[in-house]
Amino acid sequence: MSADPTPEPVPAVQIAGLSHRFGDHLAVDALDLTVSPGECFGLLGPNGAGKTTTLRVLNTLYPPQSGTVQVFGLDVRTQAMVVRRMLGYVPQQLSIEGALTGRENVSWFARLFDVPRRERAARVAEVLEIVDLTDAADRLASTYSGGMVRRLELAQALVNRPALLVLDEPTVGLDPVARDSVWARVQDMQERYGMTVLLTTHYMEEADLLCDQVALMHHGRLRAVGTPAHLKAELGPQASLEDVFRHHTGESLEGEAKGGLRDVRGTRRTAQRMG
Amino acid sequence: MSVAPVVPRSGWAESLRLLSRIGTFCLVELQKLRHDRTELITRAIQPILWLVIFGVTFSRIRAIPTGNVPYLDYLAPGIIAQSALFVAIFYGIQIIWERDAGILTKLLVTPSPRSALVAGKAFAAGVRTISQAIVVLIVAALLGVSMTWNPLKLLAVLAVVVLGAAFFSCLSMTIAGLVLRRDRLMGIGQAITMPLFFASNALYPVSLMPDWLRVLSHVNPLTYEVSALRGLLIGQPTNYWLDFTVLIVAAVAGICAAASLLSRLAR
Repeated sequence: MSADPTPEPVPAVQIAGLSHRFGDHLAVDALDLTVSPGECFGLLGPNGAGKTTTLRVLNTLYPPQSGTVQVFGLDVRTQAMVVRRMLGYVPQQLSIEGALTGRENVSWFARLFDVPRRERAARVAEVLEIVDLTDAADRLASTYSGGMVRRLELAQALVNRPALLVLDEPTVGLDPVARDSVWARVQDMQERYGMTVLLTTHYMEEADLLCDQVALMHHGRLRAVGTPAHLKAELGPQASLEDVFRHHTGESLEGEAKGGLRDVRGTRRTAQRMG
Repeated sequence: MSVAPVVPRSGWAESLRLLSRIGTFCLVELQKLRHDRTELITRAIQPILWLVIFGVTFSRIRAIPTGNVPYLDYLAPGIIAQSALFVAIFYGIQIIWERDAGILTKLLVTPSPRSALVAGKAFAAGVRTISQAIVVLIVAALLGVSMTWNPLKLLAVLAVVVLGAAFFSCLSMTIAGLVLRRDRLMGIGQAITMPLFFASNALYPVSLMPDWLRVLSHVNPLTYEVSALRGLLIGQPTNYWLDFTVLIVAAVAGICAAASLLSRLAR
C-alpha cells in the first residue's frame, strides 16, 4: 500500500500492449487504454476495428494473447472469476431466452451471480423497475420488442450490481425511439449507481451524448483518445465526431459500418430467434 | 489455448457452487417446460408406440426368450431408457442454439467454471427425461406391466434415468463442440441413436446377440442403464455396483469432455 496522501485511484480498466490474433488476422494491435472509475467511456470505430474483441478479452471470454488487461487492478488472466463478479456484460446480439419470462431471465442470472436467496426477488424486481419492464416482467420474453429485449439485457447485466458495465453496441438494430430509451436507461443507471460504463458504438451521436471520454479504434489500433468536446475542438468549431473520425483514419465511419457482414449475421440470427 | 484461472479456492466452496449451478439450470429447465408443454406430449408418442405396438406384438409372437418374465414387462424399462436417450442425444442442439443466440457468451462470463455450466446443463437434460420416464411408467402400468411401487426404488429409477441423461446429453454437447452446427449435430445424433439403442439390452437379452454385438453392448452405457432399471422395476437380478459405477463414471467423463470443448463454442 502506498503512503501517498492523495493516492491515484485504481483505474476501472487498464489495458497495456494488448494484441489479439485470429489466425492471420490481427484483430487488436498493441492497444493501450485506461478507463477511470465512474466515467462513461466509448470505444468508437467501424465493424472490424477490434472493439468487440477488446471487450471479450476484458470480460474474460478470450484469454489475453499478449499484454495485460486489468479491471480495478485485477488481472483478467489470473483472477477471471473475481473480475466476472464485478462486470455486467451486454453483448452486441440481442440475447435472451425467449422461452422464459422477463423476470425468469433476470432471476436466472441473479442465481448465476450468487445473489443471496433472501435478496434475490427484491433485486430482480428492482432492476426490472429501472429498465421499465415491471409490467411486462411476467410475459414470455419471446413476445418482447427489440427495445424491450435490450432493456431486459440491461436488467440482467445489472442484477449483480457490477462496478463496470460493458455494453457492446447497445443500440445497434434498434429504432430511434428504442434507442433513446436505452440511452436514457444507461444515463439513469450511471447516475444512480455511479458505475463505470464502457461501451462500443459506431453511432457518433451515441458517443457524443453518453460518453465522457471516447477512443477511436481503426484496424485494431487506437487512433485518438479524449473527451468528445476536446476531439472536436481540435478540428474547429463546426466539427462533428464523424469529422474527427475521418480526420484520424482517413475513412468514413458510417459508410463501412452500414454494409458490414457481422451486422448482417447478427440481424439474421436475431430474426431467426425472434421468428 | 485457454489458461485455467489461478484463483484461490476452497474445495467446499467449489462444490457448493457446482451444486448451485446444477440447481439453477434444473430450475430454468422446469420453467421452460412449464411454459411449453407441447414437447412433453409429442415426445410421449414414440415410447407409447414402442410399448403398445412393438411390445404387445412381440409378446404374442414370443420370439424373444425372457424367461418367466412377460416380454412387455421386460421391454418397459428398456423403453424408459430409450426415450431418455432420445431426449438427451439431441440436447446439444440447445447449446448451439444458445451459442447462435449469444446467450452462451453471457453464461461463460458469469462466475461459473465451465464444468459447472456443463454439469448444470447435463442435469437439466435429466429433468427433461424424468418427465419422459414418468409418462412411460404410467403407460406401462396401464398396459398391465407389473412393476415395483416401492417409492425408494422408484426414486432410484429416476436417479438412473438422470445419470443416463447426463452422460448422453454430454455426448451430445461434446459433438456440438466439435461440429458447431445444428444441422450436423442433428445428422450425427440420428446416425448414432439407433446403433446405441440396438447395441444394448433394451429390446432383447445380451445373451441372444452375436459376439461382436455383445462386445459393443458391454461398452454401451445404455446397457447398464437398462440393467439397473430392470433390476429396480421388475426385479431382474443385476449388479447395481457395476451399473451405477459405469453410469457415474460415464457422466463425469462426459462432463469433462463437453466442458473442455465449450471454449470452441464461444468463438
